[in-house]
Amino acid sequence: MARAAVSGRLGERLRWRVATLVGQREETPTTRTLVLDVPGWPGHLAGQHVDVRLTAEDGYSTQRSYSIASAPDGALLELTVQQVSDGEVSPYLAHDLLAGDLLELRGPVGGWFVWRPDQTEPVLLVAGGSGIVPLMAMIRARRQLQMQLGPMAPFRLLYSVRSPADRMYLAELQAHDPGLDVHFLYTRQAPEGWQRPPRRLAEADLAAVAWPPSAQPTSYVCGPTGFVEHAADLLVGLGQAPDRIRTERFGPTGG
Amino acid sequence: MAIVSRGFQGRRRPSDHRLPPGQYETVDFPVLSAGPTPRVDRDTWRFSVVTEGGERHSWTWPQLMALPAERPVVDLHCVTKWSKFGTAWQGVSLDMLLAQIHTEAEFALVHAYGGYTTNLPLKDLLDGQAWIAYGYDGRDLTPEHGGPARLLVPHLYLWKSAKWVRGIQLLVRDEPGFWESAGYHDYGDPWREQRYQGD
Ligand SMILES: Cc1cc2nc3c(=O)[nH]c(=O)nc-3n(C[C@H](O)[C@H](O)[C@H](O)COP(=O)(O)OP(=O)(O)OC[C@H]3O[C@@H](n4cnc5c(N)ncnc54)[C@H](O)[C@@H]3O)c2cc1C
Repeated sequence: MARAAVSGRLGERLRWRVATLVGQREETPTTRTLVLDVPGWPGHLAGQHVDVRLTAEDGYSTQRSYSIASAPDGALLELTVQQVSDGEVSPYLAHDLLAGDLLELRGPVGGWFVWRPDQTEPVLLVAGGSGIVPLMAMIRARRQLQMQLGPMAPFRLLYSVRSPADRMYLAELQAHDPGLDVHFLYTRQAPEGWQRPPRRLAEADLAAVAWPPSAQPTSYVCGPTGFVEHAADLLVGLGQAPDRIRTERFGPTGG
Repeated sequence: MAIVSRGFQGRRRPSDHRLPPGQYETVDFPVLSAGPTPRVDRDTWRFSVVTEGGERHSWTWPQLMALPAERPVVDLHCVTKWSKFGTAWQGVSLDMLLAQIHTEAEFALVHAYGGYTTNLPLKDLLDGQAWIAYGYDGRDLTPEHGGPARLLVPHLYLWKSAKWVRGIQLLVRDEPGFWESAGYHDYGDPWREQRYQGD
């Protein structure tokens, strides 16, 4: 059964824990999923994130946020990290970490950009690049519940990537998942024979996938800050109620 | 409990550089407020934390005094560009006040006597980063600096360290406070010069 997403006491939830890397998968040439064993993990909701802290030998330390990719009821926590080429933290996580290495993390963090199993309205997911990560947790949570309980709210995913090679979780997204529609959008290089020329997200792309406002959908938009601003503005332009559009910006550090 | 990350180097700031970009050092303690200085009586003073579900936790002045005090010595950075090094405070860590509270909130809206508000991520109030301060430089905190008690969050611009603090509202959605509604930055990291929205 799905583990209840208990938030626990604040002091407990936001305490630093030591996680051990127990496995990893390459998602794309620049993206890696880290499988972590986190003793005492209190459970989470699909869409929440953790803060990861790295400390150098001389005591220098820095933190970044990473969305939880795994569904809430896994015994292990999965993060998917996209390597930002000149980044301080992501190249280390996506490249240098080895099985058995330790990481400090705390969480889960976030109570707004989440999908809860009791939501019955249709859902639109809009992902730009690594913004797919928390949305994948929602897709996974929904699929697990559907296997246990029968049909859940329908999901549509619009996933914008630069090129076909940048699609994360490709096999899983192409597998049959009743009630989930997946649409890809390419901004720089489209697959052979693709009708739409590569360009960035436009209103017509969203109009083709979004639920009609009358269906009272909830939309979740996640990705780089500029992408999220643009997509959320377009959704409002399409008549979606602003308070039913939830956004998560993967802006750089802080903020 | 810092666990060393094998092979992690990171990027340090230039060493011994205490002044964030755009700031100058001052040795006096300027006073800047959005209105007249409220006079708050300790007998009626309350500090409350209200969760997103409406659950309220309150402390009276004697209850606050009964909690273990800390004596942080910190640098302050005001958005009006002065920084003051090595200020010495006495107060209660917010880790102490918030530890037992059940919440999924991610944001905090701080309320002050006099009506001032300011918002910040909840996690910036934890982990030894924030205090309810009632002593300054070995004395009681004077009203013009926020007495009887103010919030102290030295890693953010000083407008986040609400004077005359009276409570914290926990929110799942960020809500701008007084200056933030007027265009100031929602986070306010002095090292990134986050003064206004969009910085
Ligand atoms: C709530 C939240 C959840 C997140 N979840 C994920 C996740 O699941 N997977 C993931 O890979 N990342 C995620 N991020 C982004 C992540 O926190 C880091 O910002 C990112 O990994 C870059 O860190 P860095 O230290 O490598 O780069 P930095 O050293 O911080 O930055 C280096 C350079 O890259 C630029 N930069 C930094 N971040 C980005 C970015 N996201 N996009 C474009 N340019 C950038 C900076 O402006 C700078 O020029 C999330 C961010 C937030 C706020």
